[in-house]
Amino acid sequence: MNTQLAGTGALLRLALRRDRVMAPVWILVVAMLVLSLPGSLESVYGTAAERERLLATMTANGSLRALYGPVFGDSIGALTAWRGGVFAGLLAGVMSLVIVVRHTREEEESGRQELLSAAMVGRRAPLTAALLAALTANAAAALLVTAGLAGRGAAGALALGLGIGATGMLFAALAAIAAQLTESARLAKGLTGAFIGAAFVLRAAGDAGAPDGGSALTWISPLGWLEHVRAFAAERWWVLALFAAASAAQLVAAYALAARRDVGMSFLPARPGPARGRLGSAGALAWRLQRGALLGWSLGFLAAGVVFGGMTDGATELVGDNARTREIIERMGGQAGQAGQGVLADAFLATMAGMLAMVAALYIVSAVLRLSAEESGQRAEPLLANAVGRLRWAGGHLAVAFGGSALILLLAGLGLGIGHGEDIGGAVAATLGQLPAVWVIGALAALLHGAVPRFAVAAWAVAGAALALGWVGPALNLPQAVLDLSPFAHLPKLPGGQDPSWAPFVALTALAAALLAAALTALRRRDLAA
Amino acid sequence: MTKAIRVAGLHKAFGRTHALDGLDLSVATGQVHGFLGPNGAGKSTAIRVLLGLLRADSGTAELLGGDPWADAVALHRRVAYVPGDVTLWRNLSGGEVIDLYGRLRGGLDRDRRAELTERFELDPTKKGRTYSKGNRQKVALVAAFASDVELLILDEPTSGLDPLMEEVFRGCVSEARAAGRTILLSSHILSEVEALCDRVSIIRKGRTVESGTLAELRHLTRTSISAELAGPPGAIAQLPGVHEVEVRGPRISLQADTDKLDAVLRSLAQSGVRSLTSSPPTLEELFLRHYANPGAVR
Repeated sequence: MNTQLAGTGALLRLALRRDRVMAPVWILVVAMLVLSLPGSLESVYGTAAERERLLATMTANGSLRALYGPVFGDSIGALTAWRGGVFAGLLAGVMSLVIVVRHTREEEESGRQELLSAAMVGRRAPLTAALLAALTANAAAALLVTAGLAGRGAAGALALGLGIGATGMLFAALAAIAAQLTESARLAKGLTGAFIGAAFVLRAAGDAGAPDGGSALTWISPLGWLEHVRAFAAERWWVLALFAAASAAQLVAAYALAARRDVGMSFLPARPGPARGRLGSAGALAWRLQRGALLGWSLGFLAAGVVFGGMTDGATELVGDNARTREIIERMGGQAGQAGQGVLADAFLATMAGMLAMVAALYIVSAVLRLSAEESGQRAEPLLANAVGRLRWAGGHLAVAFGGSALILLLAGLGLGIGHGEDIGGAVAATLGQLPAVWVIGALAALLHGAVPRFAVAAWAVAGAALALGWVGPALNLPQAVLDLSPFAHLPKLPGGQDPSWAPFVALTALAAALLAAALTALRRRDLAA
Repeated sequence: MTKAIRVAGLHKAFGRTHALDGLDLSVATGQVHGFLGPNGAGKSTAIRVLLGLLRADSGTAELLGGDPWADAVALHRRVAYVPGDVTLWRNLSGGEVIDLYGRLRGGLDRDRRAELTERFELDPTKKGRTYSKGNRQKVALVAAFASDVELLILDEPTSGLDPLMEEVFRGCVSEARAAGRTILLSSHILSEVEALCDRVSIIRKGRTVESGTLAELRHLTRTSISAELAGPPGAIAQLPGVHEVEVRGPRISLQADTDKLDAVLRSLAQSGVRSLTSSPPTLEELFLRHYANPGAVR
């Protein structure tokens, strides 16, 4: 028996037991994202002629290619792979990074790993168990996708399932490296998440430029490989070997790094800090704790804005006056009122602004939930035993969360304007126009933490639901009443369309304020969680 | 004598668990008050109520003359708290945390901070994540003892400290008392309580079972006596307050209720005492007696 791996089985069982709720939910979300598509695609594009037209339009439209990637076939299966494949791969990547970091660096950071490593646990066992847990989850997702789509063509279903699972495992291996490099689990997750985001942006930029997805940028991105598997459209099985090779190389690196460090230590070690501190208030502390993450989000949003802005003209030139495209853009949430270049550019920018705003909702949730992490991490208790009121404490973090979300949307708008090269003001108005909806989600997160702290993490589900409704909801022809559940559905899409009315902005901002007031009232009245 | 802490009939339930079930606690200003109890007795819950982190279901609690829930922020300016398990922010140095806590209380004595850092042998430049448990504890202790406050609430503050540091801690408590500060010391280390505390409260299952000075509490327990006698022990076993008599030849050993000692010694003297050793009840015995038999106060 290899003693390096001793205890892997026990650790894997521990990991699966700890993930018994989280992992199945992730797996279902990944699988359902794909499996919900064929039925609705069939109802919208029922005839072969309709699908052919869709394919022609999509191939001609750079902006839609940027979002979904190129279409390689007009069968329902191929359209499903096109519409859902990249997003499912992206979600599988996030799922994998969460699982891997959770069972490696997070365990070490908390000190729990020390206890485990003192038992009959080999040096390589924790990392191996974490990777096996990720493999289990990705295999389950792949299996569900394959089984669910088998009726549309066994080869295509298998290719898509394997592609999504392989994408997940590739990012699992990347997370395994990040977990060796950083001392904090938060940073390891952020680092891997940034790579996944970069993979998406590279693929989007590449696909916007090349109708067949043949751009070098696409080929750099693992998410680009996923579309090049071409499920349901003359599958290219050899692309899967790329995943295997890249994952294997990363795993070798991760194990090599792991073998060269001590438990709890890292390659990016903490430097000594100042012997004296200037922090003098709970607000200053909140800013200090959150500024690093905000800086990362700011750079990411600015960069994404520039990239998407730069794609605008290329995206619209190819289309011209095409009624069908307008319909599609409208379906995706844009408002293409009249035909013409400017309108299409506006619609594209509006779509991008809406997309970035929904991602900003994830930022505000993470920033608000810092309160919950501070509380359950026992750091809030000694802090509040000082002359710090709960409102001050919460106020500091909420100010960062609400101000920070405004900042990143402002930067995204600036980026869009700069990348597009005209009407920076309009682009900024477009992204900032979505701010009230982001705030509503942030206020809901604060209310969850204030009223039912044990279920504060449900705020992620709120943001995720808004994201899902905005992203795939329109394509699924969901009833308006369901789509209206998302606060984003109530804001006009800018730029373009008629002059927006102020009412929805005011109403959503007021709603956010009311929720926030309720959150703070509840927080003041309740017991601090032990 | 003014009271720094006054708690009467405090109740607090979490779901079906009654963490506090009619707790009484009274701490006089300027004293070091030991707060003893087994794990899960409700010590930390009581402290969290006193700090306004939890809201009591019923009963009264008064901290430095104010309401710990309603006046929390104003009161906390005059209070320093050290939890039993200190968690620090990963990316903040120990020095930063000490200064932050000082500013968030009544203020920090610069010289005292430097002196305490030295005495506790704490490196204030290390980041939170890299401190060991004992060193995290020291960060909170330096912050507490260097703060300009009237009341220190210490919840098992020496867990993780080595014996040398434990000694430094005792010195700090004595100095704090000399400076007129009040200290509520929840602890499991009985020698520590014995050495430091003016008064002790023992709680069990959320209720106070005993409270008083150590001398008073000792009075309620038994003294062990063993003696070598010249003659037969007589009817000593029949005396009230005498327990566990064991006679082996001329040697006798027994336990006597401390308030009945006088009669026991007279009886022994009548038999002629050749040698005598007596040991006063230790706090351990006191402690064990209260923990072992539920409801037994005497």
